[in-house]
Formats: sequence, structure tokens, C-alpha cells
Amino acid sequence: MTETFYEVLRRQGITRRSFMKFCSLTATSLGLGSAFVPKIAHALETKPRTPVIWLHGLECTCCSESFIRSAHPLTKDVVLSMLSLDYDDTLMAAAGHQAEAIIEEVKKKYKGNYIVAVEGNPPLNEDGMFCIHGGRPFVEVLKETCADAKAIISWGACASYGCVQAAKPNPTRATPVHQVITNKPIVRVPGCPPIAEVMTGVVTYMLTFDRIPELDRQGRPKMFYGQRIHDKCYRRPHFDAGQFVENWDDEAARKGYCLYKMGCKGPTTYNACSSMRWNGGVSWPVQSGHGCIGCSEDGFWDKGSFYDRVTDIHQFGVEANADKIGATAAGAVGAAVAAHAAVTALARARSQHDDKNSGDK
Amino acid sequence: MTVLETQGFKLDNSGKRVVVDPVCRIEGHLRVEVNIDEHNVIRNAVSTGTMWRGLEVILKGRDPRDAWAFTERICGVCTGTHALTSVRAVEDALNIKIPENANIIRNLMQLALQIHDHLVHFYHLHALDWVDVVSALKADPKKTSELAQSISSWPLSSPGYFRDVQNRLKKFVESGQLGPFMNGYWGNPAYRLPPEANLMAVTHYLEALDFQKEIVKIHTIFGGKNPHPNWLVGGVPCAINMEGAGAVGAINMERLNLISSIIDRCIEFIDMVYVPDLVAIASFYKDWTYGGGLSSQCVLSYGDIPDVANDYSAKNLLLPRGAIINGDLTKVHEVDLRDPEQVQEHVAHSWYKYADETKGLHPWDGVTEPNFELGKATKGTKTKIENLDEAGKYSWIKAPRWRGHAMEVGPLSRYVIGYAQNNPEFKEPVDKLLKDLGLPLKAIFSTLGRTAARGLEASWAAHKSRYFFDKLMANLKAGDLSTANIEKWDPSTWPKDAKGVGFTEAPRGALGHWIRIKDTRIDNYQAVVPTTWNGGPRDAKGQIGAFEASLMDTPVAKADEPLEILRTLHSFDPCMACSTHVLSPDGQEMASIKVR
Repeated sequence: MTETFYEVLRRQGITRRSFMKFCSLTATSLGLGSAFVPKIAHALETKPRTPVIWLHGLECTCCSESFIRSAHPLTKDVVLSMLSLDYDDTLMAAAGHQAEAIIEEVKKKYKGNYIVAVEGNPPLNEDGMFCIHGGRPFVEVLKETCADAKAIISWGACASYGCVQAAKPNPTRATPVHQVITNKPIVRVPGCPPIAEVMTGVVTYMLTFDRIPELDRQGRPKMFYGQRIHDKCYRRPHFDAGQFVENWDDEAARKGYCLYKMGCKGPTTYNACSSMRWNGGVSWPVQSGHGCIGCSEDGFWDKGSFYDRVTDIHQFGVEANADKIGATAAGAVGAAVAAHAAVTALARARSQHDDKNSGDK
Repeated sequence: MTVLETQGFKLDNSGKRVVVDPVCRIEGHLRVEVNIDEHNVIRNAVSTGTMWRGLEVILKGRDPRDAWAFTERICGVCTGTHALTSVRAVEDALNIKIPENANIIRNLMQLALQIHDHLVHFYHLHALDWVDVVSALKADPKKTSELAQSISSWPLSSPGYFRDVQNRLKKFVESGQLGPFMNGYWGNPAYRLPPEANLMAVTHYLEALDFQKEIVKIHTIFGGKNPHPNWLVGGVPCAINMEGAGAVGAINMERLNLISSIIDRCIEFIDMVYVPDLVAIASFYKDWTYGGGLSSQCVLSYGDIPDVANDYSAKNLLLPRGAIINGDLTKVHEVDLRDPEQVQEHVAHSWYKYADETKGLHPWDGVTEPNFELGKATKGTKTKIENLDEAGKYSWIKAPRWRGHAMEVGPLSRYVIGYAQNNPEFKEPVDKLLKDLGLPLKAIFSTLGRTAARGLEASWAAHKSRYFFDKLMANLKAGDLSTANIEKWDPSTWPKDAKGVGFTEAPRGALGHWIRIKDTRIDNYQAVVPTTWNGGPRDAKGQIGAFEASLMDTPVAKADEPLEILRTLHSFDPCMACSTHVLSPDGQEMASIKVR
């Protein structure tokens, strides 16, 4: 007997009435008429939990560690009630042949109906043998496992962009997942790691609405990656007022002034840290005194030191503007806006450039 | 067939070859091959690190102040410990002294990691080697409650509570979708707990999963996030402001109260759930004495948790430092990470190339040239390996040696060294545990001893966190708010050439980073990490490493179910992403495969 999505909901204490309401909302959001409500209800009532195969390539397991930090929903509820985590080398009981047999079984039994979550990426140099899985190159296992999947989730900077092992000179030719798997819908959830509740948020969205969330041009869910850290930073008024930390542990640092001059990459980084914050909302990098290092952006390892000002990118001359900001409050707003516009344009230009060229990395 | 003798072990590869790849419930990628004789006893073991990322190649030419962020990404499980090791290496090279508060905060973060890592390891990576989840369904919740209340006063212990968990588990199993428990070795005769103990352990598996996310908030408060909090050369990035305007943007009383309450909860959970569970489980496996490996012969610890700032000598380190060789517990040798004769890495059986592979190299002079070359008796092809040939090269991990000896590192090594030094903080808990279980001292040299040392250390770390928190408050009371020394922040103040070494005791054992700085840039960076020590392959003399030694002579109940192999490997808490990365001073050179 396989427990269905509906039964799981009921077990969570959700009433029949709420369930029907959910079905009706789903129908509306998909642009379907009320006639479809019973059909959706029937589908959900008879649908088993979606199997997830979680693969690991070249990575450090920080994404898995982040995932288990989720406060809402709790990880145990995700794993026991929302999806079926049939394969995850980090958590699964089985190993070796017994583990590998699961991939085959899921592929056969749930053809076209399982999700592959990828943490890390495949290296392509040395015929792929810089990452060996069951005696074979990880890239082969990845391709085979994705072949019958419904959708792919690229967890973190590794799967989304390549991350640290792909930093120059990328000795293993670590390659992001979307450059190897080109015929499946892929949701990229960057960050090193992504915020726990962003990870569980993306998964539960996909399970609840049975579709992938709206993505930006880089394949990131807009709901979590639509705005820059800087846009929602609680220290932003200090930026606008020209109040900056000039040195570690100076008076300005103790007062919580803006970390822009200490190299904060918040102005060029799209992520939810400044609004959702980390670890159940306890804090986030800027709140704890260190600038954002831009870990959810493509190639953030190769954009100079983490302590270089964003504006050290000279062709935009933003550094001068930022220093002038302190002079007058009125001038500051204009300069800040200009800085943002320049930086945004730069980020766009860069990401397009990188997308075009990253295959040669 | 070959029979080799080394370190008191007889390696015989004539029996049936069993391959476990991937080894799951670890960090990263590990393969193990063993030969099993006609009595199902392991007579040869081959441990292979199956990933290489080349992080130190990537570090060359970068700003040393950034190195912590790169090296932190060596591992997201022991998150922060590489970063701490890295800032210490840079500070050593540039002679930077950090403020007392920074040392205390770093210790609190390192201790939080120890607590978190050990707890998650015990319940989520290791427990299923001892605990049969399916058997928990047969438990009587009332008896489970009696068992739980007999070993601890932890309040979540009513029959109704255990019944609820059991019902949820039952529903889960009956759903037919077993998720991470699919294809486990349930019912294997090597599982020995009665159903009630299994239900208690599974219940605490779920509780620990909920609780672990609270521990790391210590990192979040000081470092902004976890995994991968932020660090700083010269101190810590978080400023302290106890009174003035803007205190809400810094470490203030509310933040400190949060830290304090997390420490209290850690002490409670470790002492009332983790340690009692450990003792209860151990009592059913007392006569499963396998897996000792090198632990009774050669153990190594660099020491960690400096009591006062900037003094990294053994007497100031609260975690013990030293080396024991040839099983002589009466002599703890001094360890010097700068001595070119002490720590050396070998590559005779690793997928790298040295000019002379009969010798090892000290990390400051480390060379790494990948050389993926399989031995001539390898079965299969380059990209479809069936059986490796351990007579040739067979791992992406190098083989580190201390004065030529293969060493075990980790919690058990720390406890053995602390015990040999007669340090009561380490000796007394060991003696008490052994007494409670009715076991002799030699029992700690085992898989179970490794697992037990980790639990004792989690408790030590939780209580030590309280000590450092109180110390921090005393400092603040005395008016010391300093958290960073910026005298040498500017690279123009640095010498043209500098070299340094930083070390920590990571949850899994001794961790060292060796750095050379030239013209303000990284010229050479080398990390020798715990799983390199434990999981490394043989050296030119044929000496085996700790993983391989620990599997030797262990009987397995079912040759096709690697339960005992997993149990012993997991007792080390392997971290493969840590173990497999090296720096080539000449940049990368990718050699091609040669099957000789």
C-alpha cells in the first residue's frame, strides 16, 4: 500500500474541506475552470509521495547540512511526509550495491515522475574520474539518473555555477549541471549553501503546485532570488546616509554601519538573506559584521578579494560616488541610485557573458 | 594471491573480494574493497578516496585574507574548522596577534561545531549501523518508556510519546515508500538491540534532527550563517557593543543571552539523551570488540582550544596534543608541525606523482601532480572499475605519516592521549564509562571505543562552552570589547616572503594548513586533514592506514550485506571532500590514464 498525497495531508491534520479548497485554488492558479477541481482532487488523492533522488558530485555537503537546518517545515516532516527521499548518499541506510539498486528501481517504477536533486557537479577532465561513483565517472551516473526524471534541482553554487572547484583554473573542469543535462527543466537554487528554508520552500512549492516555480533568466526561482541583498538590507539607511565601517571593529562597526567599504557584495548579489535571514531568522552575514561575499552569484570566487569594494571595478567609477555620498544626504540618494543602476547593468552583462562562455571553463 | 605482513596485520587478498561503492552516510565519496575468507572474516582491506577537487591549486595567487572562505568550502559538514585553521595559518605567517575576545568567540564556534558534528554523526550517520529501524515497530511503547526513564530523566519519555512516534513510523513503513530507509540491512543478525531500545533510538534520531539546527545558531550569531559562517584574519568579524547607540547591530546582551541558552540546551541534550543512548546501545554490543585498527598502536593529536589567545603551545591547549607510537602509552611524544621530519605525505599508492616516491614530503614543500594510473591487476576499465589493484596506485588520498608511522586521528586518539597524559578531564570520563559497562581499558581500542569517545567529547565540548562563555562575560565586564586586530590588515605591512602553519582539532581529528606567502599572495597552500590520516592508502613500505587497519580480522554476518564494514568505517566519521585536495606549486597538470 502506498500512501497518497491526500492521506499525508490528512495525517498532518488538514481537513477534507481545506483539501478541497486547496484543489480549487490550484485549479484557479492553473487557469482551469471549476470542473477541473474534482480531477485535481482525484489526482492528489491517488498520488504517492514524489520520489527524490539526491546525488552528490564534487561538493562539500554544505547543501545537505543546510537542508537539515530547515525550521519550517522541519526536515523530518519533509522526509517522512512530503516527499520520498529514496536515494541520498549522505542519509540513506543502504550502501554499495543495495544503494545503487534503488536508483534503477525508482527510474523504472516512477519513470517521468521523480525529481533529481543534485548537490555538487561533475568534473569532466580525466574522463570524469576526478569523481568516481560505483567505479564509474559521476557524470555518467548523473546522466543516467536524470534521463527519466520529471525535473532537476541544482542545489547550491556547485550544481548551479560550479562554485569553488570551478574557480580558476578549474583543474578538474568541474561543470554545472545544466551544461551536462540539457533536456530537462532545471531549477537552480544557488548559494554556498542556499538558505535552508529556501531549499525546503522550493521543494514544497514544486510538490504542492506540481510545477516548477517562476524562474529568472539564470534559472533561479524569482520568489527567492528576485532582489539584491542590498535592496532589503537593514543597514541600507547607513549606506544612503554615507555612514560606513572603515576598519574592522571600529566605532562604526560597533554601531552597525554599512559594510560596503569593507567589500560587501550585497549590491550585486541576488538572494533572500537580508529578508529571510539564516537559521530560523537568527542573523545573516551583514548583521554579524562581515560583508556579503556574494556566494549565490555565478563565479563569485573569481571577482577579486572578498574585501575589495564592489566599485573597484574601475570602468564604472562608483567608488568615487560612494565616497562622495557622505558629503550631502541629497547627493547620496542620487549617487546610490546611479551606483545601483551601474552595478545591476554590470551584473547582467557579466552573467550573460559567463553563460555564453562557461562551457569553456 | 599475496600475503603481506605489516604493523602486526597479515594482509591476505586470496578470499572473495567484496566491493562497497559508494559508502553512504559519510561526507563525500569513498570506496572500500575487502577480501573475505571462507569463515566470512575480513583478511584484506583497501580504502579508496574517489574524488579530487584541486582546491589548493585554485588558492595559488590569491589574497591570503580570502583563503579562509575557500578552505571552508573544503567541507560543509565540519564547517568552519578549515576556516579557523586557515586564519591561524595566515596569522602565524604574518605574526598577527588576536584579541582575547576573538579567541574566546573562535573557541565557542569550534566547540559548537564539535557538539553539532558529533551529535549528527551519532544519530544520523552512524546509528543505523547499530539500530534496526524496522524492529522498532515491534516495540512495546510502555516498556520503551520504562527503559528510557531508567537511563535518563529526559522528560520526553512517556509511553504515549513513544507510541505516537511508533505510529508515525508504522504509517511511514506501511506507505511502501521507505525513503532513506529503503534497502537497509534490517533484520541482519549483526543488529542486537531489543525492539524497545530500537524504538528509543529512532525516536531520538528524530529529536536530534530537530535539535541540531539549534546548536549551529552559535555560528549564526557570531558568523552570520551556518553552514559556512564568516571569519576574519586578525580576529572575528562581529563587533561587540554592550551599551551605546547601535548596539542592536552588534553582539549585545540579547545575542549573548541567546548563546547562553543554546549552551544550556546543548549540555542538557548531550548529557540527558546522547550519552545515555550511547551507553545503552554500547551495553548490547560489549562483546563486539572489533575495529580497533591502529588506535592501540599509533595515535596523533595536534591539540586545540587555546585557553588564552595567541599561545598555541601544548600547555595552553585544552584538547590534548601529542603522539603515541607502537602502543607505548607511557610516552607521549611532542609534535612539531614545522619539523620537516615529522609530518610527511607519501604518494606511492596515491594518484599523484613525486620525483622519488619512496620518500615523503613535508607540507611546506608539498608537490602534487595528479597521476591517475591503475595497477596492472585492476579488473575492469578506466571508467568502469570492478576491482582495484592495491599493489598499484588506488586512491585520490595521499598517505600522511608522522615520523614514518601511519597514525589514527580523531576523538578516540584525543582521549587516548589525554588518558596517557593523566589529564583528569579525559581520563575520568573514560574510567567511568568503562566501569559502568564493566569493561577493561583495552576495550576502548575498538569501533565502539571510537564511537564512545565522540560522545564523551561532545559532552566535554558542551561544558567547555559554558566555561568560555563565562570567560567572555568576565572580559566584557572588565571593559574589553575588542574583537579584531587590524595592525596588519593592509598587505603593504607584510614581509615579502612568509610561511606559517595553522592547526585545529576538527571533529574528525588533527587538521593542519601550511601556507607560503610571497609578495602578498599565496604561493603554496597545503592542507593535511583528518580523513587523509585515517583514510589514506598504503605507503611505499606497504604500511596500511587507519581505515584499512580497522577493518582487518572483522567477521561479517552476511558477506553480501556490508553492515559491519559500514559500522567500523562510520566510527571514524569519514569526510572525503576534506581528504582529497592538494596543491601543485607548478599549477595543474593532468596526466592521462595508464593501465600497466
